[in-house]
Amino acid sequence: MKYMLIMRATAEAIEASKDVDFEEIINQMGAYNEAMMKAGVLLAGEGLTDPEEGFVVDFGADKPVVTDGPYGEVHELFNGFWILEVSSKEEAVEWASRAPLGRGSKLEVRRVSGEEDFADYADNEYIQKEAGWREEQAAR
Amino acid sequence: MTGPLADARRTVDAVWRIESARIVATLAKWTGGDVGLAEDLAQEALVDALTQWPESGVPQNAGAWLTAVAKRRAIDRWRRDDRLAEKYRTLAQELDEAHEDEWQPIDDDVLRLVFTACHPVLSREAQVALTLRVVGGLSSEEIARLFLLPVPTVQQRIVRAKKTLAAAKAPFETPEPSEWAERLGAVLGVVYLVFTEGYSATSGDRWVRTELAEEALRLGRVLAGLLPREPEVHGLVALMELQASRFRARTGPDGAPVLLEDQDRTRWDHTQIRRGVAALARADALGRGRGPFALQAAIAECHAVAPSVEATDWHRIVVLYEALGRLAPNPVVELNRAVAVSMAAGPEPALRLVDELAGRGELAGSHLLPSVRGELLTRLGRRDEARSELLVAASLARNDRQRQVLVDKAAALG
Repeated sequence: MKYMLIMRATAEAIEASKDVDFEEIINQMGAYNEAMMKAGVLLAGEGLTDPEEGFVVDFGADKPVVTDGPYGEVHELFNGFWILEVSSKEEAVEWASRAPLGRGSKLEVRRVSGEEDFADYADNEYIQKEAGWREEQAAR
Repeated sequence: MTGPLADARRTVDAVWRIESARIVATLAKWTGGDVGLAEDLAQEALVDALTQWPESGVPQNAGAWLTAVAKRRAIDRWRRDDRLAEKYRTLAQELDEAHEDEWQPIDDDVLRLVFTACHPVLSREAQVALTLRVVGGLSSEEIARLFLLPVPTVQQRIVRAKKTLAAAKAPFETPEPSEWAERLGAVLGVVYLVFTEGYSATSGDRWVRTELAEEALRLGRVLAGLLPREPEVHGLVALMELQASRFRARTGPDGAPVLLEDQDRTRWDHTQIRRGVAALARADALGRGRGPFALQAAIAECHAVAPSVEATDWHRIVVLYEALGRLAPNPVVELNRAVAVSMAAGPEPALRLVDELAGRGELAGSHLLPSVRGELLTRLGRRDEARSELLVAASLARNDRQRQVLVDKAAALG
């Protein structure tokens, strides 16, 4: 089963990280990533750049509204993720607890859905439509 | 089982999965290379963890804790035993207090553990059981469940494997350069066997089989971490990723197998395909050519990146099968090459290859050759010959479903 570890930093965490040598952070993260790689559980992982480079698409109104970052009132910033393939929820908990994150940081851990989660929808209209579309493509 | 005890058990199991290979490797090194003893000691420490962690919580460095407890237990035992070998008495004296901070697991020791678990004195099935146990951190119960075996059978295999290793005095070392290729081949073969057991098993729960393949992939990735300079390790990982990417498209709603050409390619796991392609690129980047696993991975890659059967680069597949056949001559590879030739250049040259194989008496008694030959004859419009060939294949088929498919194909020829 796959789990996504979502890094969320609070204002407190961002403030605290300013006192830490950035190279030290890189080293700790590197060691953590390497440990997961060597254990054969790390499938993917990315860090995200500052929210200033991003934007928000808000579907609250009739038409989506695009707003440049930073997001203003957001209290916790999503700033990176890992995807792990493990054999149990407890194993995901164990790896998540080992993340070298400072005070104020949070890791949200979510199971990645798989085929088994959609077993009841195997005859879903959209899935069937897609299969029909594929046959058309193949016939051409 | 539910409740706090079950929670503790699951937490301990999770830590064990993460740490066991390094713990057993460290202990094996410490006991002078006795993997069997190391594993027993580690298991005893695990029992301690189960009683203590629910109270004390999981220690900050669980691996160090387990290793230290295992060592202390060993020392206590050795002190009590007068008839003990000198070697252990010395060890006990040297290690008055095993200190947790001293725990520095070494990748080389884990690698020694891998090679020892796949030592040539062991049978293939013993290698598989021991590797899953000491490297993969699986319990006998888990191994039994995955391989559809009774638990005592697995336990027996592991006990016997440990005894065989001890009797053979197998050194806890990575192999000499002269043996390296062969021994590495054995390790990769064990991992791939675990994978194919999950990939092609005809019985058993589908999710269980997926689990087995995931277990193999995990072992493969562990090996890639330990031996990043070995192209075939990356080749094996690539092959497993690419084959596993087709898992969910391989069976229809009724559980019947779906052939590659009929699979819904949108159901392939494209993230996994990318991982497979990346692993193959890592193998290639080492610049030492492709071994059998990398070549098979390259063939799987051709299929994985093709939008349809027609749009598949069959010429490339033919070349890859040729290379594979030179490296590891095998009639099944030859037959697959013939199928690829039929897709790339038509049934006629393919039939010549199949007839050559048949002329050499290869694959006699297997349904594979006559079924391919029947297909090719069908495409050439030689209906009578095709029909009788397909019926020959049907008579040799191993299971009813296969037989029915072949009989139906023969019947369709009128």
